[in-house]
Amino acid sequence: MTEVWQLWTYLGQEPLLWLTLTLLAYLAGDGLSRLAKRAPLVNPVLIAVILLAAVLAITGTPYATYFEGAQFVHFLLGPATVSLAIPLFANLRLVRQAWLPILLALVAGSATAMGSAVAIGWALGLEGQTLLSLVPKSTTAPVAMGLSEAIGGAPSLTAVLVILTGITGALIVTPLMNALGVTDWRARGLAVGVAAHGIGTARALHVNETAGAFAGLGMGLNAILTALLAPLIVALL
Amino acid sequence: MILNIAIILCFQLVGEVLSRAVLPFVPGPVLGLVLLLAACAAFPRLHATIRETATGLLAHLSLLFVPAGVGVVSHWGLIAESGPALLVALIGSTVLALLVGVGVFRAVARITEGRA
Repeated sequence: MTEVWQLWTYLGQEPLLWLTLTLLAYLAGDGLSRLAKRAPLVNPVLIAVILLAAVLAITGTPYATYFEGAQFVHFLLGPATVSLAIPLFANLRLVRQAWLPILLALVAGSATAMGSAVAIGWALGLEGQTLLSLVPKSTTAPVAMGLSEAIGGAPSLTAVLVILTGITGALIVTPLMNALGVTDWRARGLAVGVAAHGIGTARALHVNETAGAFAGLGMGLNAILTALLAPLIVALL
Repeated sequence: MILNIAIILCFQLVGEVLSRAVLPFVPGPVLGLVLLLAACAAFPRLHATIRETATGLLAHLSLLFVPAGVGVVSHWGLIAESGPALLVALIGSTVLALLVGVGVFRAVARITEGRA
């Protein structure tokens, strides 16, 4: 028994174990998502996160130890963001044709995401740092955390809110758009990229290539616009 | 494969440098995206070269959010402190942003593409 314990102590401290488990948990989530024919509620990120969180809780492993291994996967977010240029280039003609709807939907969606989050939070009694941490939650995590600090929020809380917003958007976008009868993939993609950044974009890429390209565009443009609008929204408070 | 990864990382690196030096409010990878898009427009062969690698990476974009997602669970105390108000604000504003975004896009597209 002590040998098993020693082996665990060794592996638990090494990146290999947590990197492997991250990939396995994702494969399980992605497999279930495929089995469910990409049903929106069977979200691969959500399933993998729940599985890994359970393993961490059962083994009493701190998040910092887990991240030692998982950081290799996390690092790829940067190159993946750069890669969004490829579907965007393939859809460049569609983007050029629709530049005005893109621009206006971006501004309206971005302002709504920030303004309504603050309005609802304030109406429900949130205040101070917690309320300010909500403002940049629809944009991609590095921008959101930097902005949160600049406007007086708590960056660590904002990081959590960003991920939860992404998962929320990825879960509800397909049923919501289907219920509204929206068949324009450009509109669906752009809206989810603006409202739910990369996690929404990952969902859009699974559903339709054009939607994925417009989602990536919405995410990238919203990173810039949120940085410009967030201080204005805070000044209005 | 390695060449393609190196190309993508180079664009990220240049984006990161630009972000630090000139445009601190735009993240490096987003600038890298813009630069790669411009480079593809100038040299269409570049698009053909890295297409497969980029598409492969994006096919599993969901995977890349898993480590940060696990972080949410370990920071759950931050959410719990504020109770349901934070979650209601988060879900409500995401639904509203989706509705407004898609509504505005469709309304403007209907006007500008009215002849279609």
